[in-house]
Amino acid sequence: MSGQARRIWLFGDDIDTDQLAPGRYMRGGIEELAAHCLEAARPDFAAGVRPGDILVAGKNFGMGSSREQAAEALRHLGLAGVVARSFAGIFYRNAINLGLPVLTAPDLSSVADGDRATLDTRAGVLRLTEKGADIRTEPIPENLRGIIADGGLVPHLKKRFAETP
Amino acid sequence: MTATLAQKIMARACGRESVTVGDVVTAQVDLAMIHDSGGPRRVEPILKELGVGLFDPAKVVLISDHFVPGDTDEGARILDLTRAWAREKGVRFHDGVGICHVVLPESGALRPGMLAVGGDSHSPTGGAFGAYMFGIGATEMAGVLATGEIWVRVPGTILIEWRGRLSPGVMAKDMMLALCGRLGMDGGKYQAVEYTGEAIAALSMQERMTMANMAAELGGQTGLIAPDAETARFLHGTGADVTGWQQDWAWLRTDPGATLQEHHVFDAAALPPQVAAPHSPANAMPAAEAEGTAVNVAYIGACTGAKYDDLAAAASILKGRKAAPGVEILVAPSSKRDQDRAAEHGTLGVLEEAGARLLPNACGICAGYGAHRLGADVTCISSTARNFKGRMGDPESKVWLGSPLTVAASAVTGRITDPREVTT
Ligand code: SF4
Repeated sequence: MSGQARRIWLFGDDIDTDQLAPGRYMRGGIEELAAHCLEAARPDFAAGVRPGDILVAGKNFGMGSSREQAAEALRHLGLAGVVARSFAGIFYRNAINLGLPVLTAPDLSSVADGDRATLDTRAGVLRLTEKGADIRTEPIPENLRGIIADGGLVPHLKKRFAETP
Repeated sequence: MTATLAQKIMARACGRESVTVGDVVTAQVDLAMIHDSGGPRRVEPILKELGVGLFDPAKVVLISDHFVPGDTDEGARILDLTRAWAREKGVRFHDGVGICHVVLPESGALRPGMLAVGGDSHSPTGGAFGAYMFGIGATEMAGVLATGEIWVRVPGTILIEWRGRLSPGVMAKDMMLALCGRLGMDGGKYQAVEYTGEAIAALSMQERMTMANMAAELGGQTGLIAPDAETARFLHGTGADVTGWQQDWAWLRTDPGATLQEHHVFDAAALPPQVAAPHSPANAMPAAEAEGTAVNVAYIGACTGAKYDDLAAAASILKGRKAAPGVEILVAPSSKRDQDRAAEHGTLGVLEEAGARLLPNACGICAGYGAHRLGADVTCISSTARNFKGRMGDPESKVWLGSPLTVAASAVTGRITDPREVTT
């Protein structure tokens, strides 16, 4: 996860799931949805984002509908993870379940769009490589670590069903 | 030990005496509701991959509403798949009779004290019945259907007390828009929002459902109202046996002195009708402040805003009146049951005489589906719950939110209007 520094894409508060996975493209499958991900807020995002890039946002990221395509689209675009001041509850659960790292950090004011950074999801550190600053994220609740470690809820449950005949 | 309503339901669901806020617990799910969009087509591949069936088909309710009436190839295909799954699994299935959050309580399946999950973000609606109900995504739902369990972080309670009574012309929707404006869309902090006070006690069950439904817009995990005689009356109407409800539900309330995370007090009597400007429910303001904004579509629809009580409210304004020139009134009653009731009581006739066009009992425009999606040049006043950019159609369309009374009054004048100015 650490290693090479990647680009940060910075978004504001209250990014909703209709922006992440617009209803009008819901029929086209994840490929099409991802291509239109966040286009209302930033038309250059979906085409410009590269695997390993990091999304940083304000408060209440992922508010709105329970559609997990919102998290799926970000994962499909290859984002290393999302760091936000806070997440909407359902989106947070969906992201964990789909294996998209989501980390909360109360103060992200030092981050600018286009900054280079590495994200160590295990240690919970967003390192701004050019600015030489480390941002520590809040620890992930104990019980969720198992799901994340297994790569999401489905692999986690597979393991569980395999263990209990 | 004192406890909140949320804590008590959570404790029962995980088989403990009591639970502490912040504890992460594994709860047994009493009821799981899914719909055609996030349901079979998304959960079945995961269940197959896991190689398991449903934990208990009797605790699963499937409702088709998002792709109804299936007027596209894709929609028809999804509905076929949904129907086949219902037959195969033997779950309770309500097909094309309305929007899930309204059909579920109508069916009598939801009872106070339950821990319930729904595959839709407005699942907190169930909280109106004193059930702890919340929305989850499809992968997590597949996990629930496979195991019957879900992890929950025991929530704190944000108590919202409405003192006094609403004045004429003001509805539950106005209270919720005002709350979105005051507390913001993350004011609920993914905790349990609980509504109390004289104004809440005075609300009909359907109005309470609007309160609980829009706990989603406050960012709460659920929106609870302790069950009472009105709850019992509604459930009795669904055919449920509610004898002894007073004793049975006595535990379902927040104890005096229980620790609250926040306590807000509002004056219902002083609240004027509200609207929310595009593109957020938090852009709330008194309707009077937005007067003069021209509208060309008036939409009475969605789980939030087209139940029987909403249709009746709209009809009280539209009786003997017509839509202003250039304004289209679209009405999608939340359920077939409510539509039939509205037809019986003459309410539907009033709406149609005013020029309303009737749409299917489904999510329709609210989900951005169907032929009536809003075009770029549309300014809509809508009784739905959320007005995010592009949700109901073209990203250029503008959606204002208001109560069904405000939507009807605005349809008559052709501009956003405080319903108290259109005297009934
Ligand atoms: S009517 Fe709208 S808010 Fe209600 S379930 Fe359907 S899409 Fe969601």
